[in-house]
Amino acid sequence: MELNLLTLCYLIASITFILGLKMLSNPATARKGNLVAAAGMTIAIAGTIFLYEQDGEKLHNYAWIFGGLAIGGIIGTLAARKVKMTAMPEMVSLFNGMGGACAALISLVEFNHLSKQLAANEVEISAVQPTVLIIVLGLLIGSVSFAGSMVAWGKLNGRVKDFSFTGQNILNLLILLVAIVAGVILVLNPGQPLLLYAILGLALIYGVMFVMPIGGADMPVVISLLNSFTGVAAACGGFLYDNKVMLTGGILVGAAGTLLTILMCKAMNRSLQNVLIGSFGGHKTAAVAGGKQQGAYKEISLSDAAMVMSYANKVMVVPGYGLAVAQAQHVCHELEKILEEKGVEVKYAIHPVAGRMPGHMNVLLAEADVSYDKLMEMEHANDEFKTCDVVLILGANDVVNPAAKNDPASPIYGMPILEVELAKTVIVNKRSMKPGYAGIENDLFFQPKTSMLFGDAKKVLQDLCAEVKTV
Amino acid sequence: MENVLNWITANQQIIYIVVLMIFVGIEVIGRVPSVLHTPLMSGANAIHGVVIIGAIIVMGKAETDNYLALVLGFLAVILGTLNVVGGFVVTDRMLEMFKKKK
Repeated sequence: MELNLLTLCYLIASITFILGLKMLSNPATARKGNLVAAAGMTIAIAGTIFLYEQDGEKLHNYAWIFGGLAIGGIIGTLAARKVKMTAMPEMVSLFNGMGGACAALISLVEFNHLSKQLAANEVEISAVQPTVLIIVLGLLIGSVSFAGSMVAWGKLNGRVKDFSFTGQNILNLLILLVAIVAGVILVLNPGQPLLLYAILGLALIYGVMFVMPIGGADMPVVISLLNSFTGVAAACGGFLYDNKVMLTGGILVGAAGTLLTILMCKAMNRSLQNVLIGSFGGHKTAAVAGGKQQGAYKEISLSDAAMVMSYANKVMVVPGYGLAVAQAQHVCHELEKILEEKGVEVKYAIHPVAGRMPGHMNVLLAEADVSYDKLMEMEHANDEFKTCDVVLILGANDVVNPAAKNDPASPIYGMPILEVELAKTVIVNKRSMKPGYAGIENDLFFQPKTSMLFGDAKKVLQDLCAEVKTV
Repeated sequence: MENVLNWITANQQIIYIVVLMIFVGIEVIGRVPSVLHTPLMSGANAIHGVVIIGAIIVMGKAETDNYLALVLGFLAVILGTLNVVGGFVVTDRMLEMFKKKK
């Protein structure tokens, strides 16, 4: 009876996971979808604690289990509640790493258990080989996911710098290969616990090396990929315990995560291979940029910029990573309100990959209470630019680079961009003339209708607010 | 060859689940708008926290004198819980930002 009840719990949880993911992919139902999946998860966890039994034996060590749940729950809630909106991606990466580590630990304990049984001759080698295979897979994937996520986390909060050397890809492949060979040997001959630790070590090194050379701006794609890895590692646990909910949840995330990774790459008009091996920021692009002669750009003073904007009918703001770094979303909203009081229509043009991850700008501006109706997706914004008097670009660069449209030699050629040059005036706020993440020059800055307004986005916006008020 | 076929027959239920779930996973998120990429990633991240169930089983089965299993299992439960709880809370916070302001 109790076991049947547990089966029902797992069935319900599996259904909520599928429903939750489905609802999460639609803006109207997304929030409810997350809660549905969370409810399913709670049912599955509670069911496991109270109803699970193996060979007629219930679980014990309740104090440990509840202690762990309490500690993890409290830290998790606090961390997730306290984290700043701009730091969300690294938080996701951190939690993803925890899941990977959890899967790896399960493998370690299960192998330890297994080798004791083997040593005591309780089981046949041939009978445990499939189990060993799954343990090795769970350990390998879980550890790679853990180490990779930690590096991605460090990169996003600036603690880890990009690092690459020639032949790194080949070395990485070699490490992975050695780990796999060690895994095969262990499966054929399970009586060697040392090999398991070797695999653990190699997998951790591989995880670090795999993420190390990938640029900080590509971290969301990497996190999404590692996310699907952890899904597969969780599914290994499902095989191990013949546990259907771990299996469905894990595989579901593995598949959805892989597709999501590809979709994210598509939004940036790049291939996954391009992201992982990374042709961006390399020497080739620098050479292309260096070879081209650029004209002169002109600067605009704060008061002039304030004047132009105050007398405009319609201002379109294009936020980018610079806005996020400067934490300028609140001041930006402030400026929007001041301008609206003067009868200026203000809207925001959001490029799908503006910032460090898709949706980054929406989240950021929403935090500053900018109305959802004011945020325009790229297609609609592009229709409206020609009716705009002023476009104010805040720390965005590659997403407004016309080279993506008209320079086939450019590494970002083909990426859809915000066509800001259709507007009458373009004001660009940047910290310096340094090129953006893609490492290429932006012709937009040298066009006659463009003026530069240098400085930290937050500082500039504060000064702009003050200036606009006095106009 | 025969071994492989036997294995497939013996585990056909699980194999069916895996194959079907791969298609379901791809199908359900196929049309996600790019604004929702990040929350969806975060939501999926929370869902693979289901690995916590494995951690609970490991912990609950550990003999009371096997300290390695106890400590590692305990750690696994904490990390798994972090993944689940943190994942769902972060996703909720992200999505909270998307609601229409009146």
